[in-house]
Amino acid sequence: MKRLLAAALTVASLALASPSLAQTPPNVLVVGQIAEPKSLDPHAVTAVNDFRILMNVYDGLVRYKDGTLEVEPALAESWDISDDGTVYTFKLREGVTFHDGSPFNAEAVRFNFDRMLDEEHPYYDTGPFPLSFFFSSIDTVTAVDDSIVEFKLKEPYAPFLSNLAYPTGLIVSPAAVEQHGTEFGRNPSGTGAYKFAEWEANAKVVVTGNADYWDGPPALEAVIYRPITDANTRIAEMLSGGLDIMVEVPPDSLQQFRTDDQFVVHEQAGPHVWFLILNAKEGPFANKAVRQAANYAVNKSALVENILQGTAEVAAGPTPPAFAWAYNEGLEPYPYDPDKARELLAEAGYDGEELTFYVTEGGSGMLDPIAMGTAIQADLEAVGMDVSIETYEWNTFLGKVNPGLEGKADMAEMAWMTNDPDTLPFLALRTEAWPDKGGFNSGYYSNPKVDELLEAARRSTDQDERARLYQEMQEIVQEDAPWVFVANWKQNAVTKASVENFKLQPSFFLMLQDVAKPQ
Amino acid sequence: MPAGPLEPRGKSTVTAYIAKRLLAAVPVLFGLTIIVFLIMAMIPGDPAIAILGSYATPENVERLNRQLGLDQPLFQQYFIWVGNLLQGDLGRSYTLNRPVLDEVMERFSATLILAGTALILCSVFGLIAGVVSAVRQFSWVDKAVTFIVLIGISVPSFWLGLLLILVFAVNLQWFPASGMFAIYGGGDLPDLLHHLFLPAITLAVVATGVIARLTRTAMLEVLRQDYIRTARAKGLTERRVIYRHAFKAAMVTVIPVIGIQAGFVLGGAVYIETVFQWPGIGSMLVKAISTRDLLLVQGGVLVVAAAYVLFNLAADVAQTVLDPRLR
Repeated sequence: MKRLLAAALTVASLALASPSLAQTPPNVLVVGQIAEPKSLDPHAVTAVNDFRILMNVYDGLVRYKDGTLEVEPALAESWDISDDGTVYTFKLREGVTFHDGSPFNAEAVRFNFDRMLDEEHPYYDTGPFPLSFFFSSIDTVTAVDDSIVEFKLKEPYAPFLSNLAYPTGLIVSPAAVEQHGTEFGRNPSGTGAYKFAEWEANAKVVVTGNADYWDGPPALEAVIYRPITDANTRIAEMLSGGLDIMVEVPPDSLQQFRTDDQFVVHEQAGPHVWFLILNAKEGPFANKAVRQAANYAVNKSALVENILQGTAEVAAGPTPPAFAWAYNEGLEPYPYDPDKARELLAEAGYDGEELTFYVTEGGSGMLDPIAMGTAIQADLEAVGMDVSIETYEWNTFLGKVNPGLEGKADMAEMAWMTNDPDTLPFLALRTEAWPDKGGFNSGYYSNPKVDELLEAARRSTDQDERARLYQEMQEIVQEDAPWVFVANWKQNAVTKASVENFKLQPSFFLMLQDVAKPQ
Repeated sequence: MPAGPLEPRGKSTVTAYIAKRLLAAVPVLFGLTIIVFLIMAMIPGDPAIAILGSYATPENVERLNRQLGLDQPLFQQYFIWVGNLLQGDLGRSYTLNRPVLDEVMERFSATLILAGTALILCSVFGLIAGVVSAVRQFSWVDKAVTFIVLIGISVPSFWLGLLLILVFAVNLQWFPASGMFAIYGGGDLPDLLHHLFLPAITLAVVATGVIARLTRTAMLEVLRQDYIRTARAKGLTERRVIYRHAFKAAMVTVIPVIGIQAGFVLGGAVYIETVFQWPGIGSMLVKAISTRDLLLVQGGVLVVAAAYVLFNLAADVAQTVLDPRLR
């Protein structure tokens, strides 16, 4: 027995005697991720979590200008758009090579898009490519010569350029795809500021600085991405020095980091909108006055300040302000005005019918959906609306909401993050986007003028013209109130004070090219 | 689980018994895979919706399902899976984009290290605490041990885990807060033990309490027996009476409980793995279910179930070896 005890004590003291936690080494940045990446093939993934790695390993033809959602040249030096908006000709940067040494050229670009879009392509089976529909408007891609590539579209499609800046448009090395086949996602090769070095499943992904990067070599030697799914554990790891950056800090913990000068809190509003879909086809919300009443009744500032603790801003309309060029600055959010709401309800003849409200337990971009749903229920009840909540797990919730609310519910929570002001209204507000036609207009909103504006904005290749059309659309949609516009989320991150030049982007991508950590 | 009558005695009977039990486990495991398949098919939402998220238009979902081979009828999917299984292929995970077998084996070995260590800790400390308590019944030692053991049984383990992280990782910085190995350097045994310490203790606490309570009761029961009085009357030292006679007899009651605790420890690993970011099979299964990654769930459940069968078998065999009456 004594011997057993002694053995146990030895094991314990051995563990205790191990070196105490080292700080992370200089010039190596350790990033706390929210999950294990699925794949490092940018065409095969859909999660922002994976994009945080990919955007540093690959480049696209174009990219978002620092701090904006406007495109600028990247692997393409310049481009021309034909007058009818169907032919895009890119002049490629010369002398760029992939990390595996193979050259970047027009053939490589063609390979990338053909692999995603052409079912006959020899490497189409290295997919599936769930977001390839971003490029479904492409008819043909032609390598005119080594440094000129031409995209012919089936019809004018203005979001094309910003889709190229999205991770699905990043350019992978054809030679690496040919070499690794379906395992390319674990043996990635791009042209980006960091080269892939190692992926130890469920522990870390390591990328190292690319000294030959065309846009200047990064200051860091390496970046290590660690998946830590539990938010509390991620916080503990940050506090104990095991991470240099953590993303998606829960609102409750931000304050703790704000008051500690070892850390810096970063915030940036992004292209996100959190809203309630209202069933405009049947029930009380078929009446515009009732929909507007709901917008007046919900105390959005209280939601944003109390439940989300300042990690979001009140939304005014369907388009997030992060799309600065397309946002209608004149739009003011519906004020919190319960009296006005009661007035509108009385005018509309609403007689206290019960409303079914779909709430989700979690999900991408949904913030704190249960607490928010309950607060909204209380606000609506305060003006006399009888709301009963049904809560579902995220995938079940999507399975119920996406096919449309008809016959099931009067309202549902929803949130979207997009890369172009076209995407959300085009997929969720047009008459042609009703669920039976394959869209996400689950509340059956329909306004011919909005349809017309959105179609026109998609055909125009002039950004000012598009901006005007989107701004007019926002005014009409706000007045029609097909949704209750609630919040625009601010992405946050915490870094150690020793991390330099770190900045969050409105795209929500984590760009680490310029970041340094000398100690 | 009762052990069947074994006769005649000897190694060959034990081997035959083990073989019989293993054979009987095969239909159980197959039945289980069918149940898992059906449950996963019944819960709403499908992998394509989980992958596409907001972009899950009916058109996109259909296209992706076709690419994933999920557009085939359910029974056909099942038979394809079984066919591949018989060739040692558990398929490819949709969400991780890698072979299920690789992921499951890596994850399961991590769980075995964690659960195995926890099981050793809870057996050692549970038995010591139980014996000490029984031998010094009603003394202050007994009362102190009982008090600590009751706290151990009552504390929710995920909460204890967070508390230990807060004290030993965040404040004292003696141990890492999460993971299995240091992310740079490390990778050797001391590094593993360093990372293992907090989660293994957290996982062991409840089971230690259960084993200690049970050992105490079993020991007290045995110490009241006539043959113990006889042993004492023979003039054997108290030490010899307790460890040679009483403890061995009490173990017959305690061992099956340790077998059951092995199951609990495996189950409890799900929370602990999540709290400590231990790359084990529990946290993998939770994620796989929420993303509707059917093949990964199937592979994971199959391996865990097989492990349960083996643990039970091992406990039964150990009991048979210890207790001649069961032969």
